[in-house]
Amino acid sequence: MINSKVQIGLIAGVFIALGIGLTLYKAISLDLPLLPDQYREVWTIESKTSFTPTGSGAKSPVNIELKLPTAQAGWVILDEHFASSGFGFSIVEQGADNASAARWTRQELDRPTTLYYKMQVYRASENAVLPALPVSVAQKPLLEPDQQAAMDRLLDRLRTQSSDIDSFVQLLLQEFLRDSPDQDTLFLIDAYEEDSFAVLMDVLAMADISAHQIRGIVLEDGRRRQTLSSLIEVYNGQRWSVFDPSNASPGLPDNFFIWQRGNGSVLSVIGGRDSSLEFALVSNSLPAKAVVGMEQRSDKFAILDFSIYTLPVEQQGIFKGLLLIPVAALVVVFMRLLVGVKTSGTFMPILIALAFIQTTLFIGLAIFLGLIGIGLWIRSYLSHLNLLLVARVATVIIMVILLMAALAVISYKLGMDQVLTVTFFPTIIVAWTIERMSILWEEEGGHEVLIQGGGSLLVAVLAYLVMSNPLVEHLTFNFPELTLSLLGVILLLGKYTGYRLSELYRFRDMGTK
Amino acid sequence: MAKLISPFELRDLGILGMNARNISFIGRYNQRKNYRLVDNKLETKSAALARGIPVPQLYGTIEYQFQIKDMLNTLIKGRDSFVIKPAQGSGGKGILVVVGRNGDQFVKSSGALIDEREVRRHSSNILAGLHSLGGRNDCAMIEALIDFDPILKDYSFEGVPDIRVIVFRGVPVMAMIRCATHSSDGKANLHQGAVGVGIDIGTGQSICAVQHNRIIIQHPDTKIAFNQLQIPHWQQVLELAASCASMTGLDYLGADIVLDRQAGPMLLELNARPGLAIQVANQVGLRHRLGAAAKIANLTNNQAEKISLARQQFSSVAVASGQLSMNIL
Repeated sequence: MINSKVQIGLIAGVFIALGIGLTLYKAISLDLPLLPDQYREVWTIESKTSFTPTGSGAKSPVNIELKLPTAQAGWVILDEHFASSGFGFSIVEQGADNASAARWTRQELDRPTTLYYKMQVYRASENAVLPALPVSVAQKPLLEPDQQAAMDRLLDRLRTQSSDIDSFVQLLLQEFLRDSPDQDTLFLIDAYEEDSFAVLMDVLAMADISAHQIRGIVLEDGRRRQTLSSLIEVYNGQRWSVFDPSNASPGLPDNFFIWQRGNGSVLSVIGGRDSSLEFALVSNSLPAKAVVGMEQRSDKFAILDFSIYTLPVEQQGIFKGLLLIPVAALVVVFMRLLVGVKTSGTFMPILIALAFIQTTLFIGLAIFLGLIGIGLWIRSYLSHLNLLLVARVATVIIMVILLMAALAVISYKLGMDQVLTVTFFPTIIVAWTIERMSILWEEEGGHEVLIQGGGSLLVAVLAYLVMSNPLVEHLTFNFPELTLSLLGVILLLGKYTGYRLSELYRFRDMGTK
Repeated sequence: MAKLISPFELRDLGILGMNARNISFIGRYNQRKNYRLVDNKLETKSAALARGIPVPQLYGTIEYQFQIKDMLNTLIKGRDSFVIKPAQGSGGKGILVVVGRNGDQFVKSSGALIDEREVRRHSSNILAGLHSLGGRNDCAMIEALIDFDPILKDYSFEGVPDIRVIVFRGVPVMAMIRCATHSSDGKANLHQGAVGVGIDIGTGQSICAVQHNRIIIQHPDTKIAFNQLQIPHWQQVLELAASCASMTGLDYLGADIVLDRQAGPMLLELNARPGLAIQVANQVGLRHRLGAAAKIANLTNNQAEKISLARQQFSSVAVASGQLSMNIL
């Protein structure tokens, strides 16, 4: 039997070498960059089409058609992937603009189903113009006389204020964004059952301006249930220009990915109801070259087939967070074994650090100290009530939740939205921390509370700083095999018999006598 | 001023660090199955009694919350002084010492008065596991208060002093006496502010006194100088500590011993993870001592021989003529 020190050394060595080796292999022969700075933002967009089949018996064919985006405005589609188990699947090209659509078909279906379409896109150039579209004559809507009158008055007013079509559209959009639009606008919105977008389109048609809708996705990292948003595109006589109805500003927003230009439905479901279309988004900073390379080489290199990129986007997002935890664990191990910081609860600092990631550091610290402070104050009263331990901790848990609610409501009323992130703090952990600190206070005095509480916070802040470092984030996500190396280092630290930094202070009086 | 000592100097002094203690001694020599006996003071007590090792008298135990209601009429009826402690408490937590009564009230060792409700609340917290390892449900022990040896009276303020002896493989390697102070609230617990006084294994005389890891000359409350301190019954103390090693099966052990006025040395409790502050109080590192103790343990299995070799080896007198005693080995 080999002695355990040698064993640990061997295992740790293998882990470390494996992690670094795989990382170097990926870096050198697959061209994945080790540093995050040579980066381009690559978005992974996953659309989820959910529906419930209408027919319940054997004969209930379903046919789902999802319009697919075409690369435009400088965006490039790197990779597409369809999930369609049990469905017949085809890509059809249709219409004058040659837009393609994905079509899923199935003869019978008896349960709610979700279909997936995943793509990776990045923006190659910022200022690309949209390709010209044929201009169609606007179809004027048929309106009730009172609606017609309201619309005429609105048009007259806008026309007198505007100089050209662009300024007309902008004024129109601003009109709809105002806190108190005038009577005619309100009446129209009401008549269209609150569908402002339909009013906008009809007003433009009435004004003889060719216009259509652009639908697409506002890209936000980590969003799980994003839905389609709309922009408006109008023809001003020479060319098409885009406006964002949500802020009346002209031009295509940088974070807008166009799914479809022109009117018409994006999703059509035959034989189903309650259909919905949602998007999950994750952004990775990767050079486009590497991603293109990965795509071409993924057949040759099995290793990439088993990378986190092959997971659905939602899980990718989760792993992005999970893979940071080993780093935080290393920080805790380092601070406790090498530095000798006292913390209350071994891994409590990690949970606090994870909460800090959601709240940002200073707001998180303020909220945490506030919660613990008020909690300790109330808990000191509970001390006198002579409650059984479990009931007392349960009381503290409820107290913490009420405190969090009160904090959220009050700060929201005061206009401090950031404090709403208070919900990210793990309630049970906060409650136990309060309970432990309170007992520590009674038994060992405030001094020890400061040492342990301060130690926990210090470790939490360090863990947060490490986890939120872009390089660490990049390395853990793109080179998850480095986690093996981390494991190796932690195993080695587990056999460290040297002194802790704190012991150099603790034993400072040795040898002086 | 935050003066630090260099790790190389610490290594030369043979100071045992926390990591080394956990891996090289506790992890290596103490089997987890043997912890149970030392972590539960009730089990320690009965095992000690079975071997004829003297312990403070047990008045009774409280296992269930309902027993607390009339504990005043049963367990502590007619008793003026007693100690309530959790059976599985750690680090001296949750110990309530009552030294007398004043009408309906109880007098704590600090002189503070508490009422019955306070005593019940304390007992209830003990049962709920407030002071116990891992927060497990626990039971409360009610023991006789030690009437400690008057020789030690001035060295401890409002609390019973206890002697900690580190025993490695049956060989006593280092000892200190822990004296309560006002700031430790009458508890003999070093990190609460009690004074640790290193005791020479060979002679039972004081070596050096520390409070909060800093060297002090006299007791902060009673102002008595520590340099004249001589522990009575020293041989018996060492024998008692050494016999605990075979009782528990633990090779690295801390035995806490009190000196009773009548009964002499008594075992208070045992510790499978004894602290490291004892090194500062002795102004010497544990590493070299532990190495020498291992040699002694390899040499003989006889407890009396182990103790006498330890007394020769680990005495300041013998250290001066260290060459000689090494030759004996």
